[in-house]
Amino acid sequence: MNRILATAMCEFRIAFRNRWVSIATGMMVLFALVLAAAGSAPTGDVGVDRLSVTVASLTSLAVYLVPLLALLMSFDAVAGEVERGTLPLLLTYPVSRLQILLGKLLAHLAILGLAVTLGYGTAALVAVLSDPEAVNGLGALWRLIWSSVLLGATFLGTGYALSALARRPSGAAGLAIALWLVAVVLYDLALLALIVTDGGGAFTTQALPAALLANPADAFRVFNLSAAQAVAAAGGLGGAAGAIPLWQSAASLLFWPFAAIALAAAAFRKVTP
Amino acid sequence: MTPTLTISRLTKRFQSVEALKSVSLTLEPGRRAALLGHNGAGKSTMMKIVLGLIPFDSGEVSVCGTAPGSPAARAQVAYLPENAAFHPALTGEEQVRHYLALRGENPRQAIELLARVGLGHAARRRIGTYSKGMRQRVGLAQTLIGRPRLLVLDEPTSGLDPVSRRDFYDLLDGLAAEGTAILLSSHVLTEVEARTDRILILSGGELVAEGTLADLRARAALPVAFSVRPASGHSAVLAATFPEGTPGGDGLVRLCCAQSEKLPLLARIAALGNAVVDLDVIPPSLEDIYSHFSRRDGQ
Repeated sequence: MNRILATAMCEFRIAFRNRWVSIATGMMVLFALVLAAAGSAPTGDVGVDRLSVTVASLTSLAVYLVPLLALLMSFDAVAGEVERGTLPLLLTYPVSRLQILLGKLLAHLAILGLAVTLGYGTAALVAVLSDPEAVNGLGALWRLIWSSVLLGATFLGTGYALSALARRPSGAAGLAIALWLVAVVLYDLALLALIVTDGGGAFTTQALPAALLANPADAFRVFNLSAAQAVAAAGGLGGAAGAIPLWQSAASLLFWPFAAIALAAAAFRKVTP
Repeated sequence: MTPTLTISRLTKRFQSVEALKSVSLTLEPGRRAALLGHNGAGKSTMMKIVLGLIPFDSGEVSVCGTAPGSPAARAQVAYLPENAAFHPALTGEEQVRHYLALRGENPRQAIELLARVGLGHAARRRIGTYSKGMRQRVGLAQTLIGRPRLLVLDEPTSGLDPVSRRDFYDLLDGLAAEGTAILLSSHVLTEVEARTDRILILSGGELVAEGTLADLRARAALPVAFSVRPASGHSAVLAATFPEGTPGGDGLVRLCCAQSEKLPLLARIAALGNAVVDLDVIPPSLEDIYSHFSRRDGQ
């Protein structure tokens, strides 16, 4: 445990020096503020407080931004050590490869947690200032924060796995961007296309819920929207969220980080310095 | 005494290339062994196997009584890689603190360790601003953590100036006196000569010679060279007495003989009396001995 903490502190310091902490936080705060400003116009009679509306918009933002940040922070984790030539020495220390990965994960999760808390917090502050009723939405905000951290953990783990598989930072960066495009953008587009061609048939009613749960980004979106009962307000694929029980999306959200770390550990074990 | 490191019939193949062929050696506590060999002779491969970084194909390796790379072995072995590298964003102190924490030692020793390798003044500067020699010292500092029973040093003095090299070998002497076994590789034969107990020469993956420098010198039995300066006007006399000698452009005559014929030849030169003004006996250099052994396989 001490070795994991020592690794985490060292990684956090490196990320801080490399401005990752300020970049991640700045990005989240900026986007959250833009959303809060845009979301403050059409309120009125939706019947929910302003913070719940903001959380629904933040969910759509987080689906894109959290995986992106996580992959940007993680693609260098193993490949960077290989390229700098720091890996052989590190591996002669009495610390296991899993401990090294968990230390890095802890540091990166702390940064991600800090960034989303400050980002969402800023948006929440704006909402509460303009609508005192908005404090009712704090539960939804808290749910969004911890589920964002879980989503981040999944993509951090996958990023480490890609980093170990590529062994060069440039290759790992390419793989990370490709994964982001596929998991966050193309996957949903493909599902939408299938729904359109299917026209409410067997795919939409049976395969779609499973397809949404199989993708951690979609599971995250479905979980937050159905938990906030904001399904009606959400367009696109979010509309399908109502068909999926809450425990299923929560289970997917919890399962993926472990699967991703296991994958990363297996890939890292294959790296010979 | 139980050896700290035992290697027997170690063989390692990289696809079709045999990097190590049935290498055997033992290293007792407190002994310093120098590993010599060309680039690609298998030195780094052997070190990485001892550290457990890469697997091997056959043979046996025992480090401090356990398998190489096992947690128990890693806790007792320290390593200095060739061209030690660290994260440029960390300071020397932060990096060494991290290594101390990984070995379960008190991180507060970092400054003291850096001071021992002469880096106390730069401890709070980022490693990105360090010179190659300074990075090498950070590498040395981390090998001093705890009380390693085996030190594996890959080209430890590359990038160090002569004074630092001497300080470095003084550090090693101190560690060896406390019982640490040391395996180091080097290209600088002269420093290895005075500062190690044993020399191992690897060539093409085989251990071609092993022993003290005196052993190797005797076994190589390389010829001794003489450099003779004739008195002015006596060059012809010298050339007539030693037709086998080769005259140099500088007026010197060079002669060569086997070790056993050294004294008879010396007597013959001395018999020339005033015809000779000066004489130098040049024993085979370390480089000659090294090339003798490492070239045996027709390299």
